[in-house]
Amino acid sequence: MIRVENLTKTFDQFTAVKDISFQVDTGEIFAFLGPNGAGKTTTIKMLTTLLRPTSGHIQLDGFDPWVKQREARQRFGIVFQDPSLDGEQTAYENMELHGILYHVPHRVRVERIEQLLRQFELWERRDDYVKTFSGGMKRRLEIARGFLHTPKILFLDEPTLGLDPQSRNQLWTHVKALNEAEKTTVFLTTHYMDEADRVAYRIAIMDHGAIVAVGTSAELKARTSTDSLEGAFLALTGTSLRDESATSTDAMRRFAQMWQRR
Amino acid sequence: MGAIYIMWLRELKRYVRSRAQIIVSLGQPALYLLALGYGFGPVFAKAGAGSYLQFMAPGVMGMTVLFTSVFSGMAMLWDRQFGFLRETLVAPVPRLHIVLGRTLGGATVAIIQGILILIVCLIAGFRPHLWGAVPASFIFLVMIAIVFAAMGASIGSVIQDMQGFQFLMNFLVMPIFFLSGALYPLKNLPRVLGWITHADPLTYGIDGLRGILIGSWQFSFTLDVAILIALAAALLCVSAWLFSRIQL
Ligand SMILES: Nc1ncnc2c1ncn2[C@@H]1O[C@H](COP(=O)(O)OP(=O)(O)OP(=O)(O)O)[C@@H](O)[C@H]1O
Ligand SMILES: [Mg+2]
Repeated sequence: MIRVENLTKTFDQFTAVKDISFQVDTGEIFAFLGPNGAGKTTTIKMLTTLLRPTSGHIQLDGFDPWVKQREARQRFGIVFQDPSLDGEQTAYENMELHGILYHVPHRVRVERIEQLLRQFELWERRDDYVKTFSGGMKRRLEIARGFLHTPKILFLDEPTLGLDPQSRNQLWTHVKALNEAEKTTVFLTTHYMDEADRVAYRIAIMDHGAIVAVGTSAELKARTSTDSLEGAFLALTGTSLRDESATSTDAMRRFAQMWQRR
Repeated sequence: MGAIYIMWLRELKRYVRSRAQIIVSLGQPALYLLALGYGFGPVFAKAGAGSYLQFMAPGVMGMTVLFTSVFSGMAMLWDRQFGFLRETLVAPVPRLHIVLGRTLGGATVAIIQGILILIVCLIAGFRPHLWGAVPASFIFLVMIAIVFAAMGASIGSVIQDMQGFQFLMNFLVMPIFFLSGALYPLKNLPRVLGWITHADPLTYGIDGLRGILIGSWQFSFTLDVAILIALAAALLCVSAWLFSRIQL
């Protein structure tokens, strides 16, 4: 479903993604793990027609996303890492706008919007402007919106960032259900090892723009002779901190999290 | 089609919901109208050029439409900053539809503002030479709005930050206004200034408005319309092209 060969992205001097190759099968849930600045988001941007690769080949369901943008966009849905809501419109209007852009027929749209807003506990706030929402509520709305249409491939870039455990649970339950019922291929990135362990069939570990290992959680653990995915991750990427891009509080939080679990 | 409509509707909603902004954005042209219209009136009349208020009212209408429509396009900068732009860029619809919806939405808002300022002009004492000409002047409001909304969208597709915005405001949008004949007649200007004013798209829009509303033409109806339509078509193409090339 997704095939990537020797993909590279260079910004000015800096190479964010270095010659990566991988493949995701139809109906698979595939996770990208990697420290801050590893190049996960950059890879997703190239897969979703937002960035032009410097070199290399991508095929999404047989289409090169940069050349056949329209065909590629019809095949995927995405929840971005960074906010992408319209704060000046209400939650309901944001959903509706998305439904129209993605050609969801009126009847289905009305039904699914209600169902999703209820599921992510935003139904009571549907007529409030998104700019008045808390961070977590905005995040839930982005996720609900991402599920409004049913694409062949779903990209989730750190979907659970800033979510409470209940919503996180909702999210993964929904993703698994979609994956089973509709054979949706899921490509996700996360910093929560337990999530990757729980939902992903295969995991790719990325560091400094390159993929350092790919395999199932069990394979990665065996390769590094560790007994947790966390251990495997640290063994493969080292323990030093490298966040050129993340804000310092974000980094602190992630750092604390990594150490608490040990 | 749905995409064009929903993007158009979004612009309209933003406009209707920001009542404070409507007042503010009408304030500036109203100030021009009152301060300059009444202030320069006596000098203008002494020079034998008639009523300055009559002369500049169409100019102020053009100014309102210019600023409103260019701003609406440049507002893409905020959508870029707050991230909403991303949502529209990956949608499975041609980016042409997205940018067209935005542009038409911005143009619609500008036309409404233009009509509101016409009403302000009428209250301030402006009198068209024929009342029947008032609806006909909307043709020019529409064309000015589309030309500059498309220009704004082209600019919005390219600028990434506030500096770019400031720069283009000062060195493109303000000159377009000041060199358009909105505030002074274009006859007997120094030669170079004359050329520049002829290269200014807004000149033809203001000439059309003034021609229809007070019956004084610098060029002609046909020439003004031809130039504005050609420019609108060209700028719509440019904006579509630039918008389709955006990378984030
Ligand atoms: N537009 C850009 N211009 C220059 N450098 C960029 C750009 N976008 C990303 N980078 C750089 O590319 C590198 C990879 O960034 P990317 O966002 O892909 O990381 P990530 O793996 O998603 O990290 P995180 O876990 O923090 O989200 C970073 O060093 C970042 O600074
Ligand atoms: Mg990222």
